Amino acid sequence: MRDKYEVVIGLEIHAQLKTESKIFCSCSTRFGDEPNSNTCPVCLGLPGALPVLNRAVVEMSAHAALALNLTINQESIFSRKNYFYPDLPKGYQISQYDRPFSERGWVEIPTSERNESGHAIEWKMKRFRIHRLHIEEDAGKSLHEGMRESASKSYVDLNRSGVPLAEIVSEPDFRSSWEAYDYVQYLRRALQYTDVCDGNMEEGNLRCDANVSIMPRGAEKFGTKVELKNLNSFRFLQRALEYEIDRQIAAVESGERIIQETRLWNERDSKTYSMRSKEEAHDYRYFPEPDLPPLVVSETMIEHVRQSMPELPEARRRRLIEQYSLSPDDAAQLTDTRTMADFYEATARASANPKSAANWILNELVRELKNTGTDISASPVGAESLGAMIRKIDDQTISGKMAKDALIEMYKSGKSVDEVVSEMGGGQVSDEGAIREMARQVIASNPRQLEQYRSGKSTLLGFFVGQMMKASGGRANPQVVNRVIKEMLEGEGQQN
Amino acid sequence: MELRDFTINSLRQRIKAREIKATDVCHASLERAEKLTDLNAFITLTPDRALKQAAEIDLAADAGRPLPPLAGAVIAIKDNMVIRGVRTTAGSKILFNYKPPYTATVVERLEAAGAVIIGKTNCDEFAMGSSNENSAYGPVKNPWDRERVPGGSSGGSAVAVSTGIALAALGSDTGGSIRQPASLTGVVGFKPTYGRVSRYGLIAFGSSLDQIGPFANSVEDAALVLSIIAGRDPIDSTSSDAPVDDYLGAAKGDVRGLRVGVPRQYYGTGLDEEVRASVESAIKKLEDLGATVVDISLPNTEYAVPVYYLIATAEASSNLARFDGVRYGFRAEEADTLKSMYSRTRDQGFGAEVKRRIMLGTYALSAGYYDAYYGKAQRVRSLIERDFRNAFEMCDVIATPTSPTPAFRLGEKTDDPLEMYLSDIYTITANLAGVPGVSLPCGFTSNGLPIGLQLIGRRFDETTLVRAASNIEQAIDLDTKPPVEGL
Repeated sequence: MRDKYEVVIGLEIHAQLKTESKIFCSCSTRFGDEPNSNTCPVCLGLPGALPVLNRAVVEMSAHAALALNLTINQESIFSRKNYFYPDLPKGYQISQYDRPFSERGWVEIPTSERNESGHAIEWKMKRFRIHRLHIEEDAGKSLHEGMRESASKSYVDLNRSGVPLAEIVSEPDFRSSWEAYDYVQYLRRALQYTDVCDGNMEEGNLRCDANVSIMPRGAEKFGTKVELKNLNSFRFLQRALEYEIDRQIAAVESGERIIQETRLWNERDSKTYSMRSKEEAHDYRYFPEPDLPPLVVSETMIEHVRQSMPELPEARRRRLIEQYSLSPDDAAQLTDTRTMADFYEATARASANPKSAANWILNELVRELKNTGTDISASPVGAESLGAMIRKIDDQTISGKMAKDALIEMYKSGKSVDEVVSEMGGGQVSDEGAIREMARQVIASNPRQLEQYRSGKSTLLGFFVGQMMKASGGRANPQVVNRVIKEMLEGEGQQN
Repeated sequence: MELRDFTINSLRQRIKAREIKATDVCHASLERAEKLTDLNAFITLTPDRALKQAAEIDLAADAGRPLPPLAGAVIAIKDNMVIRGVRTTAGSKILFNYKPPYTATVVERLEAAGAVIIGKTNCDEFAMGSSNENSAYGPVKNPWDRERVPGGSSGGSAVAVSTGIALAALGSDTGGSIRQPASLTGVVGFKPTYGRVSRYGLIAFGSSLDQIGPFANSVEDAALVLSIIAGRDPIDSTSSDAPVDDYLGAAKGDVRGLRVGVPRQYYGTGLDEEVRASVESAIKKLEDLGATVVDISLPNTEYAVPVYYLIATAEASSNLARFDGVRYGFRAEEADTLKSMYSRTRDQGFGAEVKRRIMLGTYALSAGYYDAYYGKAQRVRSLIERDFRNAFEMCDVIATPTSPTPAFRLGEKTDDPLEMYLSDIYTITANLAGVPGVSLPCGFTSNGLPIGLQLIGRRFDETTLVRAASNIEQAIDLDTKPPVEGL
């Protein structure tokens, strides 16, 4: 059924800019404080109070805009979006309408459909256009439960009122839920790389609304769009889109007409519910905000921001593949956050073995970080330390097996690889004479196994290797052990 | 003691010489206010705050410390500017119990300069009106004839100054709300250039038009108060950082060579003959003093009233959205849903004129009408601005009547909003163009009502207005004390 239809999705992302103070006053943007403690006449919308634009918001918006290849307008205008709601203290939200901060951007990123178990089927590069990014203030929060008299009252917390947001509106360029998913993931990463947004959907500092429609494959005119809200995680976003696509197809197939409306995703029921139809839609009566002059951004300032832009995640991913011969998957994982990518590249340098660095980080270190709930930026084993450890493997001072144990110990204690290895009784033993001597003893004390081996049970090689490792306290060089014991088991047999 | 016998500076000199106590001045002012309660000029008096401030001035005088420029000057504040802890109603029932937690920049500046704030003056609700009959706290009466209006919306401030309760007062002027009541009560009223004075703490009506300015009984006092409140305020993004000129010094200059523009559009139908004669004779006085009179044209004047009533109401419809009963002020109690709480609160809390303007402004901004109304009004507004720019190529100051008529009777225009709106026909252009204007008394009608002359200047050229106004004031030398007992 899906094949008959083409899906059209557009996304509106609200990204909370991580400034210290609010967009139009000096109140703190800190999350989780006592309700209404971070407020003043301006963000409470008291009569007579006036907004003053926080320049840090402009700087961060410029970073975000450039990261998304948007053109920053030299002059943009703030407008009032008028509507009544208890958590909107002025009765209007200061936003941008006619002339937004920036327009006409794009990202070109890998995207893929997923199979039933959620694995990517085939990554392809695709360009998604971005219509605009504009600046606005957040509203407060209505609290309907959890307060003393919640049964009979609703409460309002205005700590969030006036927190700066960048609203990023895409073109309707997504043809599946996974494309939308990959785009939002990328957007989050780009905003984190440029250090302008924490990108946490669950905490609400990245919020997403979607416009969804379907049309018969090959049609030129888009179908009637439905707006989806309450998509509070990446998973919800993808699932809600899937549900909504199915719902629309089922409706059309049964001869119904799609009505333009806003629907809310309900995670518990895994369904979308109608919130309001177009007929009830707001007329926001936008008009230019007379309390704020036009926002003028100079070419010098844009240039300054351009200079301070970090390498963006997609560019970095491609470079990592190129420069370190990484697999696309590894490169994607290693560029998930800027700190991860920084950590990787520092380890690659320190170890002089980029491939191995990628493996150690992704297979071993990430597991330890996950188990202890630690961010890589706070990893007890630093990039230099991990690099030194990898060097020790490469110069055969320690074996890979030893290194695994050593890393766990280094992670626990914060000690260097040298300290840990010496505590383990020293580096690996590669001296052939010593290993031969050890082998002689192992063979001598296991005559029955020797007998069986020699009568053809060659799987017993593993047993002898194990005995060797045990006898050496894990320090014997496994390659040398393998070679020597095999040689002795077979060679001495021939002699006898 | 009679406040009208002093200028701000002469009073300060007497206090400095310890011949007069600021506290005595303050008491005298409070007594007069009590005596004249029938004029209804004040909504709230602030005797404690005033006496405390006055006592500090006396202390400074006794200690021989230098006194600030407004030391002991009793000043009244229109009730649409907030003072921390002092009830601020904006003339509306919806704020009947509102005590703001912060103070407007202008009030802070006045107090820092030694002013004694005596109270909050009555005004049309949210500054919407031309007669002061739209106050939820009753109309203000004109001291020249108590059957007549004092003008609006800053009627209370005008009357407080005219009757000598205060040496000066602050008003706000969105379409003439300082100049028109100044004209109707025989005082000086100054609307500065948009952006000259901070609006922080002024309860907004039409944000792109609102400007705070002084009332006083002399050009000199108005200039002095203006020099204190003018200047960049970092917390008002629309306030200008243009340097503040020496307004007081400007009063001393002469007008030789000054080109006075007389726009024919301001002398057409609807202008009272006595007002015309008085204004023309004042202009003649300027000519006698060496100024040149030039005929000028402001061709888009006829659109000013409709343009103003689209832009001001559009902004007001948004500015007044915050009065919803949720956080402060009046809340209708009998509502059972959010929507009915909003509508009942706003229905019962706002007066008829405010509701009319909110509806008008909401309509002007509505989808499908925006371009035809608000958008077009903005375009015509820029034509009006251009008119002034062109005119000021030919002249340095423009002279017009302030109001087409002298004070009208209470109730005379309350049933006809359009007629009422025309009271501002000569004043609203200055707000639309953002240019400064001053009204000063220039004569009386045959039945003894004051007449005002309006002077309009270039943006940020308040000094020329002060200079011209001061010269006329001295040349005409009117007795502007109203027939009030004790004056």
